[in-house]
Amino acid sequence: MIRRQAIVLLALVGLLIATYLWLYKIGVLGELKCGTGSCEYVQTSRYAELLGLPVALYGVVGYATLLGLGLAGLQPRLASDRRVSRLLAALATAGFGFTVYLTAIELFVLHAICRWCVASAVIITATWVLSLADLRRARATL
Amino acid sequence: MKGFYLLLAGVAVVGGGVLWYGSRATPAAAPSGPLPVAATDGFRGYALGSDSAPVEITEYSDFECPFCASFATVQMPVIREQLIATGKARWRYRDFPLPTHAYSRYAALAAQCGGEQGKFWQMHDQLFSNHQWAQTGKNPRGLFRDFARTIGLDLDKYDACMDGQRYAGRIQASVQEGEARGVKGTPSFFVNGRPYEGRSASDDFKALVDSLTKKHK
Repeated sequence: MIRRQAIVLLALVGLLIATYLWLYKIGVLGELKCGTGSCEYVQTSRYAELLGLPVALYGVVGYATLLGLGLAGLQPRLASDRRVSRLLAALATAGFGFTVYLTAIELFVLHAICRWCVASAVIITATWVLSLADLRRARATL
Repeated sequence: MKGFYLLLAGVAVVGGGVLWYGSRATPAAAPSGPLPVAATDGFRGYALGSDSAPVEITEYSDFECPFCASFATVQMPVIREQLIATGKARWRYRDFPLPTHAYSRYAALAAQCGGEQGKFWQMHDQLFSNHQWAQTGKNPRGLFRDFARTIGLDLDKYDACMDGQRYAGRIQASVQEGEARGVKGTPSFFVNGRPYEGRSASDDFKALVDSLTKKHK
């Protein structure tokens, strides 16, 4: 249960970060608070869009789904449901893979790092690890 | 479990509050990375009209400036018809993005990237005709990209140009040139190299060009 709670908490923080980047992308926020990073350079690059949609929007949808699924998985009725563990692991794996791609673009194509993207990468990586641990626990309790 | 939901609600409220506050704060920065400065390539600005026109008018302008937009949309069509199309005058556009404007340098970059594909004036017209972007204070990147799509630019090339800020040095050189010539605001004009102090109206430009053309003859 503690793993799913951690996933829910991480998904909420990830959702807030992705929403922040998405609001910037659609012009609601005029600037990004980034310290010494290159957030605006990364966020205004062509790689900040995929199939005509802001990459941050994919993050919003992904984290919102993780959050909803995680919250559902905390309900006593679904607490030991393996399907929830599988879905969480599948979603977190997709998110982790997408993050690896985006981080590679930052490092090797743009040569710029967006701190918010790094924060999101850390969150999805931790979520991925926790979701795999949750899946393993679910299998072990068969 | 109750403590966990309280923690969750706390994070949601604080995070949501920060986002709400951020969305209300005045935007300040242009969507750009560090600007490569002033490596001028000898570029003297995009020009409209015949090379043999007896009069050259140079305009120092800022895409975010409302007076420049008004001039471009109200006066400029008449000037194009009466002076440029008739071969009486050649019009040269120089960038003079004012530091008080958040996105004018970014807009100048978009116009230069349009120019790279032979569509500077089309992008110029898009930026001035759809000038709402300058009033909203919102990040105009997506809108400028829509303009680029509308005028038929190759978006991959446009993106590469914008991402690399390819013409930032050219724009900075134009600013430095304007400053050296005493430009203080926008739009500012020079007629055959001399500062123009008259009204920014097509009738006044026509009268001046006609008088200069008579002298020329």
